[in-house]
Amino acid sequence: MKRSDLIVIGAGPAGMAAAAKAAETGLAVTLLDEQPRPGGQIYRDVDRAAAKRGRILGADYTHGATLTQSLNHPAIAQISGAVVWEIEEGFRVSYTKDGCAAQVAGDRIILATGALERPMPVPGWTLPGVMTAGAAQILLKQSGMVARRAALVGSGPLLYLIAAQMIRAGTPPLALVETQTRGDLLGAMPHLPGALRGWPYLAKGMKLLREIIRARVPRHTGASAIAVEGGTHAEAVRFRAGGRSHRIACDTVLLHHGVVPNTQAARSIGVAHRWNEAQRCFAPILDTWGATDVAGVLIAGDGAGIGGAKAAEIAGRIAALKVAEEHGKLTQGERDAQARPLLAARARELAVRPFLDTAYPPLSEAMTPADATIVCRCEEVTAGDIRGYAKLGCLGPNQAKAFGRPGMGPCQGRYCGLTVTALLAEAHGTSPDATGYYRIRPPLKPVTLGELAAMENPAQRATEQE
Amino acid sequence: MKTASPFHELEDSARVRVEFDGRPLDLPQGANLAAALLAAGVTVFRQTPVSGAPRGPFCMMGACFDCLVEVDGVVRQACMLEVTEGMRIAAPHQRRDSDETQ
Repeated sequence: MKRSDLIVIGAGPAGMAAAAKAAETGLAVTLLDEQPRPGGQIYRDVDRAAAKRGRILGADYTHGATLTQSLNHPAIAQISGAVVWEIEEGFRVSYTKDGCAAQVAGDRIILATGALERPMPVPGWTLPGVMTAGAAQILLKQSGMVARRAALVGSGPLLYLIAAQMIRAGTPPLALVETQTRGDLLGAMPHLPGALRGWPYLAKGMKLLREIIRARVPRHTGASAIAVEGGTHAEAVRFRAGGRSHRIACDTVLLHHGVVPNTQAARSIGVAHRWNEAQRCFAPILDTWGATDVAGVLIAGDGAGIGGAKAAEIAGRIAALKVAEEHGKLTQGERDAQARPLLAARARELAVRPFLDTAYPPLSEAMTPADATIVCRCEEVTAGDIRGYAKLGCLGPNQAKAFGRPGMGPCQGRYCGLTVTALLAEAHGTSPDATGYYRIRPPLKPVTLGELAAMENPAQRATEQE
Repeated sequence: MKTASPFHELEDSARVRVEFDGRPLDLPQGANLAAALLAAGVTVFRQTPVSGAPRGPFCMMGACFDCLVEVDGVVRQACMLEVTEGMRIAAPHQRRDSDETQ
């Protein structure tokens, strides 16, 4: 089994920056990522797409190529197309690649598993044609595909970015259906002075909005009572806004009301998490460097709490410095000297977050949906089912599994976990922390017996040769 | 003709022949399989085992498992695969209550 000083899981901005910085200090690094090429979701396929579609995707995207290039270092072993399904003490990481299971070992781990779209359970969200806004971005980045007749629904700056990219690609969205209200914006005003430290973000947001207005994309704000209609495919989105009902006929509905840390891998090895009320999600408990309460495990990037791509990149470097110091590659003084400007830069990147989090809150009707709405997509468990389990005495998400299997399908709770916690917390009048979250166990992703059987086994091979 | 697809493709690229549910499709070689099927006008990838409801790609990043298809006999996430010549793609096994008859 290959052994290295550091295993980095995830080749998005945090993972790539962590691997490059660690290699620069002299550490031997193994970088594992699920996708065939590095970049993560934010810089998905940047090495191929930047040349073809850089104009549409913008400079913030093509910046990712600087990170992918930094991986070209002899001390970095990159394993792409590797789906990690178990992390064990010591550390041993099991993954599947090309139909074969395999393992690598390392002294320390940096988890850079990024974010997931915040689940947005509204009626009809399981219909084909309903996708996350992130999925639309991935289709554009990796495959050069744009939805012909799409409605963008939800809240947050990502919707503006996608709308602008669709406009540049010559296929503007049919409408922007925004759920944030004027009251949300007013509530965010106290955070504006702090956000001005991150003024480039605000300037970019204004520029995107101008592109959207210039292209005359209809915009609705304060939308509620959102539902997608359709038989075997999305046909329209209905909502209320401005005191009346609306129906927009469309083929594609792109949902987004923020992203949340992907905590599956961290939870599977027992990293402690805590509810973050400002970001309305669970996040791991970390020190300045990204170190968790599990010795040798650090977390960098959006998996540590949502900060965006630039903050993730910086956090990756900060975590790598800590590992390098612990490994004796840097003195504490050297580590701190290198970290000082990074910590300041990260603080600047994060300055805009309280404003954004308040101005673009998640849609409350999708946080605790109406009874008939499916919350667990895999097992088709509704919000009403979860409320029913609560009435029967179900206190937490793990118990809920025994009542009706929510979180037990192939996605393993990735797109229902936060909703199930919210519904049970609401039913019992408890906090999300007291209600808890699904216990995440390996395998983190399904692995077949065939893949396990194909695992390299040097001992057995030696016997066979005798 | 790809006009039936809800998606517009910005570029064209070399295609290879695959089979989806028994019919031939020409998809861009090396493309993301879920994306390529969507572009070819395939919107429903499978029916759920619980209620038989139609599903298609949702997250495109390997997290939601809604784009499951059977490729050469193994159930896989279409969004985590790349198109190769001769792939035999089918909807995965259907409702649980019909499992006994399969």
